[in-house]
Amino acid sequence: MDGEPSTSATSNANNWRFAQCFGDKGEVDDITEADIISTVEFDHTGDYLATGDKGGRVVLFERNDSKKGCEYKFYTEFQSHEPEFDYLKSLEIEEKINRIKWCKRQNSAHFLLSTNDKTIKLWKVFEKSLKVVSENNLTDGTRPVPPPTISTNLRLPRMTQHDTIVAAVPRKVYANAHAYHINSISINSDGETYISADDLRVNLWNLNISDQSFNIVDIKPANMEELTEVITAAEFHPIHCNLFMYSSSKGTIKLADMRESALCDRHAKLFEEEDDPSNRSFFSEIISSISDVKFSKDGRYILSRDYLSLKIWDVNMDRGPVKTIQIHDHLRGKLCDLYENDCIFDKFECTWSGDGQSVLTGSYQNYFHIYDVNTTNDIVLQADKSAFKAKKIGAGAKPGMKNGAKPGVKDGVNIDAMDFNKKILHGSWHPRENTIAIAATNNLFIFAVDR
Amino acid sequence: MDHDELYPIAILIDELKSDDISLRLNAIHRISTIALALGPQRAREELIPFLQESLDDEDEVLLALADELGRGLEDQLGGKEYAYMLLGPLENLAAVEETLVREKATESMCKICTVLVPPQHEEYFVPLLKRLSSGEWFTSRTSASALYAPVYPHVSEGVKADLRKGFQQLGADDTPMVRRAAAKHLGPFTKTLAKEHVVSDAIPVYRRLASDDQDSVRLLTVQDLITIAQLLNHAEVKDQLLPSIRQSVGDKSWRVRYMVANHFVELAEAVGKEIVQDEMVGAYVQLLKDNEAEVRTAAAGQLPGFCKLLEPEVILTRILPCVRDLSTDTSQHVRAALGKEISGLAPLLGKEATIEQLLPLFLLLLKDEFPDVRLNIISKLEQVNAVIGIDLLSQSLLPAIVELAEDKQWRVRQAIIEYIPLLATQLGVQFFNDQLSNLCMQWLGDTVFSIREAAIINLKKLTEVFGVEWAKTTIVPKVLAMGNHPNYLFRMTTIFAITTLAPVLNLEVTRDLVLTTVVQLVGDPIPNIRFNVAKALEVISENLASSAEGRDIIRTRILPQLESLRNDNDADVRYFAMRALDKAAARQ
Repeated sequence: MDGEPSTSATSNANNWRFAQCFGDKGEVDDITEADIISTVEFDHTGDYLATGDKGGRVVLFERNDSKKGCEYKFYTEFQSHEPEFDYLKSLEIEEKINRIKWCKRQNSAHFLLSTNDKTIKLWKVFEKSLKVVSENNLTDGTRPVPPPTISTNLRLPRMTQHDTIVAAVPRKVYANAHAYHINSISINSDGETYISADDLRVNLWNLNISDQSFNIVDIKPANMEELTEVITAAEFHPIHCNLFMYSSSKGTIKLADMRESALCDRHAKLFEEEDDPSNRSFFSEIISSISDVKFSKDGRYILSRDYLSLKIWDVNMDRGPVKTIQIHDHLRGKLCDLYENDCIFDKFECTWSGDGQSVLTGSYQNYFHIYDVNTTNDIVLQADKSAFKAKKIGAGAKPGMKNGAKPGVKDGVNIDAMDFNKKILHGSWHPRENTIAIAATNNLFIFAVDR
Repeated sequence: MDHDELYPIAILIDELKSDDISLRLNAIHRISTIALALGPQRAREELIPFLQESLDDEDEVLLALADELGRGLEDQLGGKEYAYMLLGPLENLAAVEETLVREKATESMCKICTVLVPPQHEEYFVPLLKRLSSGEWFTSRTSASALYAPVYPHVSEGVKADLRKGFQQLGADDTPMVRRAAAKHLGPFTKTLAKEHVVSDAIPVYRRLASDDQDSVRLLTVQDLITIAQLLNHAEVKDQLLPSIRQSVGDKSWRVRYMVANHFVELAEAVGKEIVQDEMVGAYVQLLKDNEAEVRTAAAGQLPGFCKLLEPEVILTRILPCVRDLSTDTSQHVRAALGKEISGLAPLLGKEATIEQLLPLFLLLLKDEFPDVRLNIISKLEQVNAVIGIDLLSQSLLPAIVELAEDKQWRVRQAIIEYIPLLATQLGVQFFNDQLSNLCMQWLGDTVFSIREAAIINLKKLTEVFGVEWAKTTIVPKVLAMGNHPNYLFRMTTIFAITTLAPVLNLEVTRDLVLTTVVQLVGDPIPNIRFNVAKALEVISENLASSAEGRDIIRTRILPQLESLRNDNDADVRYFAMRALDKAAARQ
């Protein structure tokens, strides 16, 4: 974002190539609910990739070094959360994984946090060698032997390597701290603490302490009938350990400083764009609700996603966004239908590229968009089964790309025929390379730029 | 060692690799027995390498192993000169991801460091320390920071210089975890340094850490600051540390300021009188006025400790205005902390200033809406009493105490009751009879059992304070009168009170007053009362048994009653009557 014309490879859509697809590839309509991917996250190196699904499973992928390009192979899978029932509140707690965050590596094992609506877990994933006792004082491996009679015959058990497996064990379970649904978790740059946000509160945890957390933001009104706003996402600043932000359903982003006081109910900065009164409608408030916020890698910019647009904010300028990118402005006329079928409440995520030069977010019909932050050059790709055949959308030489920020109906995209059940909500960008992982219902797609 | 002894050992050794974790744990905890059975040579040549290979176990087992390796296992290896061999497995344990295991491993390494025989420190410990300090993962580097202090005194000057450099590198590590560990262990390490190196090496590391970006690192340096200040003389402190002190007090993060506030007295004592006057008073006032309630709470906790270092005049002009503000602070926790400490100022200010300045604040805090504040004040009243005398104290405090005695929250009432004996000794019998005895009786009829129970214990303590004669005229008649109350709960209180008071009453009172009531309650319609009567009789006869006249009373007045209770139609009553009878009979 230095104002220079970008030279990154992302500016050319022709370079983007469908690389891989995981999951059931058959063209079936009855998708198992539990298989729907609910979150995707690369680790800090990009060598590993995690997905979580509605069935409470976490699947890890490992970079496949035998392949020339950036491809992944299955690494391990484990059941992170189980369905539960809260008898006191008579509430079912789904096992769906809402977020996964990788911890910085501290040894050969991997640590990651996964959360459903209520409970956060810290998982350790490591390669465990299974050994069996082949010889000890009472057996020589095949048959029992008499116990030793003199001390020089005592012997220590001898082990033999049996097998190596990838094991996942829950190291910590951070439960009972959220009365509402957890929507995000974010690990601090100090490597010791993290925050978890639900609809009304943000809690601060120490990774090593699972029975204690501190409430640092609480927007719950004394009287729940006065409730007008919920927290939709929260994230720590990537460098400054004391700063974090949280977004709300009212379209605001608040930056808070934990140094000021123990309870951060007074924000340090407020990012908000007044909507144009002439444009106001019944849906204004719903579509201005922010579904995701992300700091850029250097912490200088904030990327936010609302229903129809992406906004980029300069942390030092709370007057208004430095850039607003319309994702699917053509839907503006169809808000009524989208309200009817609940799609208007879809929570699209957004993400920065590893170099901070591009941003990624999803849309309907399994389309997703990559924008160059300087030129807002738009690359539209489709994570669809058809991608196997065509490899690129647009069915031919020209992928569905267009230059400039002019919103409008895309070539060949018929809004009326758009499938609103196919949507790209979750995606993650490799921290160092131009490789992206996209969750499309029950499939995980990898796209990469040719090198 | 014969065969019978050898078999359990063989099993124990096999259990080192059992599938059952509790068996493995047990085997690890008895590792010295195993080593003993193997003999020193095999322990060194086989057991140690074996343990080194066994480090892929559960954290619980690793923790036990880390602990056992530091518990003098070298004795089974052939003595001190082989202690270094234990460092091998410990080095690996110091790099695992579980903090508890790492800490235990470093703790054990510190212990082993003290038994190593010279050249071994440089031969084994220092290279190990270097390996850990340059480990790939931060876990080993964090462990390393704890190991500099123990080994430093044992090595030559050249190596010492290396170690100082090594520690410096940890202080500038990329990962905050390592810098935190360095901040935590800088204090102990600094203590082992020669004075010149404190200035040339420790202070730069401290400064680097004290201006770290991470709040969690900076807040740990407050302890280092205190340690370094303690090692320097006052002029050097002024020279070297003054900017750092100012920086910490004014840190942007409340958590750092909290640490300063929490250790303020220690810091002030370390820096010397001059800086206290010039700088610390101002700094302390700043902390008492901090934006964050947690900081004010911590600062309030240091009030008497810090004021001891000041002239009364300074307290009056600089500190008291802040204290006045804190007494009306918006946070109840701040007021509670103040309530606990404010009375500590009375001896420092003297009678006149206390009456003039502090008493109004006491009264204000005694009326606080938050019960903890009121209780904290009451609990520390004896200090004030010593300064201003009981007359004044009782005049001004009584209304507040009466109010608390009737507080809505029973825990508050209970806390007050617990202070009554203390107050009674301070107030004297006259005053007590006039003002408080009614209250004490009123509690006997409280709706909460715990209060009634506390009230009874209170009566016993009061009897110990004022004597039996006093009890005979004031409390005993009132207690016994309740024995005729139509509500059984009151009668129950009477019988409980008799049971509790019996040991402190004399024969005369028991014979003339108490027994009459007890006998009357033997015929009570409620079984609960009757079996408590049996219990009471048991206690009374225990006390009477020491004199001839007492034994006579037991025979003539108590045993017949117990006999009749023994035939009661309630099983519990019969049980307790039997028990009392057996005991009474044993004494006859």
